[in-house]
Amino acid sequence: MSTSAIKASGLVKWFGEGEARTAALQNVDIDASLGEMVYIVGPSGSGKTTLLSVLSGILRPDSGSVMVDGVDVWSLSSDKLADFRLNKIGFVFQDYHLFPRLTTAENVAVPLILRKKDWNYAIAEAVKYLDIVGLKARAALFPVKLSGGEQQRVAIARAIVGRPDIMIMDEPTASLDGDTGRAIVSFVKKNILNNNRCILIVTHDSRIYEYADRILTMEDGRLTGIERSEK
Amino acid sequence: MRGILKLAFKLLVNDRAKFAGLLVGITFSVFLMIAMTSLFVGILSRSSATVINIGAPVWVMDPAVNTVANSIGMPEYILDAIRSTKGVEYAVPLYTGGALLKLPNGKYQSVSVIGLDDSSLYGRPELEQGKIEDIYAENGFIVVDDAEFTKLDSPRIGAEFELNDHRGVVVGIAKVNSSGLFGVPTLYTTYERAIQYIPNPRYTISYILVQPKGPADIPGIERAATALGYRAMTKDAFIQMIIDFYVYQTGVGTNLLVMTAIAFVVGLSVSGLTFYTFILENLDKFGALKAMGAKSHELISMILFQSTSTALTGYGLGIGLWTLLLWIVRMRLADYAAMITYSNLAFAFGLVLIIAAISGYVGVRKVLKIEPFDIFRG
Repeated sequence: MSTSAIKASGLVKWFGEGEARTAALQNVDIDASLGEMVYIVGPSGSGKTTLLSVLSGILRPDSGSVMVDGVDVWSLSSDKLADFRLNKIGFVFQDYHLFPRLTTAENVAVPLILRKKDWNYAIAEAVKYLDIVGLKARAALFPVKLSGGEQQRVAIARAIVGRPDIMIMDEPTASLDGDTGRAIVSFVKKNILNNNRCILIVTHDSRIYEYADRILTMEDGRLTGIERSEK
Repeated sequence: MRGILKLAFKLLVNDRAKFAGLLVGITFSVFLMIAMTSLFVGILSRSSATVINIGAPVWVMDPAVNTVANSIGMPEYILDAIRSTKGVEYAVPLYTGGALLKLPNGKYQSVSVIGLDDSSLYGRPELEQGKIEDIYAENGFIVVDDAEFTKLDSPRIGAEFELNDHRGVVVGIAKVNSSGLFGVPTLYTTYERAIQYIPNPRYTISYILVQPKGPADIPGIERAATALGYRAMTKDAFIQMIIDFYVYQTGVGTNLLVMTAIAFVVGLSVSGLTFYTFILENLDKFGALKAMGAKSHELISMILFQSTSTALTGYGLGIGLWTLLLWIVRMRLADYAAMITYSNLAFAFGLVLIIAAISGYVGVRKVLKIEPFDIFRG
């Protein structure tokens, strides 16, 4: 029996006011289990990123709830919400958002440093996770010296170094060529996904659909389809 | 928190161009601020050189006197009246005036002449060479060995000169605590010789130097002088009055204040703009930190740490640079009129902290406004 990692129900989010008011999310229900890799797909403006932001405790919905570990995320104070993001969520941003002036290891160590871990411990852990993503030899380099695929893997190492339950990837293949994109997602599926972690991926890229356990399709702020992987 | 601050430090320092720009801006600003204020203090200190060197605790003068250099002669009876005032241990006349001195090589040089009371030589300087009693010798003068000494061709004991067609002889070389402001050499002689050699108006007592019996007697002496139509001031009050004159009634204070303000504005502009650019360039990264779970107060700490550490480093460099320059200048001009005091160090420190606070505030405002959702939207 699968354990729920995140469960959201009745999510509604509006943007704009007056005539310009548009519904980004319209009564969206979603759940994902530990050990599951879920894709959220759909055309631009369909509400994928808004849904990801609401689920990860970044964007407050107008109504609805997001339950993680039996707690409604949006009932938390702003500091507790920040702690929730820090401890429960690992982010891989579309543009990676690596610090160009920090070494690869220091970039990966950032979530641990935010958790007030000792600097040397954080760097040592970061190097371990760089080893997992195959970049231990690049630990002392600055991100500018890395290829796009390598930067993506550094961002993945940063997302998982704090051992979060939920990993969120926003368009992970958008800046990569087809082969590298597939290699990255395949790597994540094989090495990062486990029974204690759920991965939510927003993507346009149909070339990586084969790695999903479930694909949720969105359109105009609504979930319009759910497709389960045959594998 | 230490790890976050280290992170902030690395983010700033590893951006070498920005960090260098910030440091140069603040260093230059501090250098100018400390230079201006130390020159100001140096000039003000020199402006009271005669008062400091003579050292009398109470000075009686005409109420119209603004600085020690523009004395107004007082009649003899005032000296008698002050001497007979209750609480006065003793009171002596002092002459100060300017004269044109002719050197043996035919060159003329302006000098400042101080005439000490003949009987007591009260306010006499400490001698490096010669004996003080030789001041009573015929035509005897004591020359002060300060920055202006060379303008008299660095005379030795026995050297001669002419002062208003009178012969003068150097009988001693003195050292003093403070050099004068106006760049002219100083000569000491007796009061009687001074008024004999130098053309004077009717009244010749420039100041009356008073030794009170005790500090409690000073208010009574002040009241007695006021009743006579004159003014008695303690040494410190007199020095303060001279400082106030130069600060508020001449362009010196205003000009140096304007220069200091310009230095502050330059420093603020350079560091503020550079720091703002640094924040703008890293705004998405700060947004990513926020998304990952950094709290607002942690981001504020990071930015304030960055601005403050840069400001303090620039402060140290600026002070060091000015000290180095002062040291080099003083190898050539030993009495260069600049003084670094705790007060002007504190003043520059305060202004640097304001620069850091304003630069930091601009950055903090920008970072607090960014929404993590914007990072997802790109």
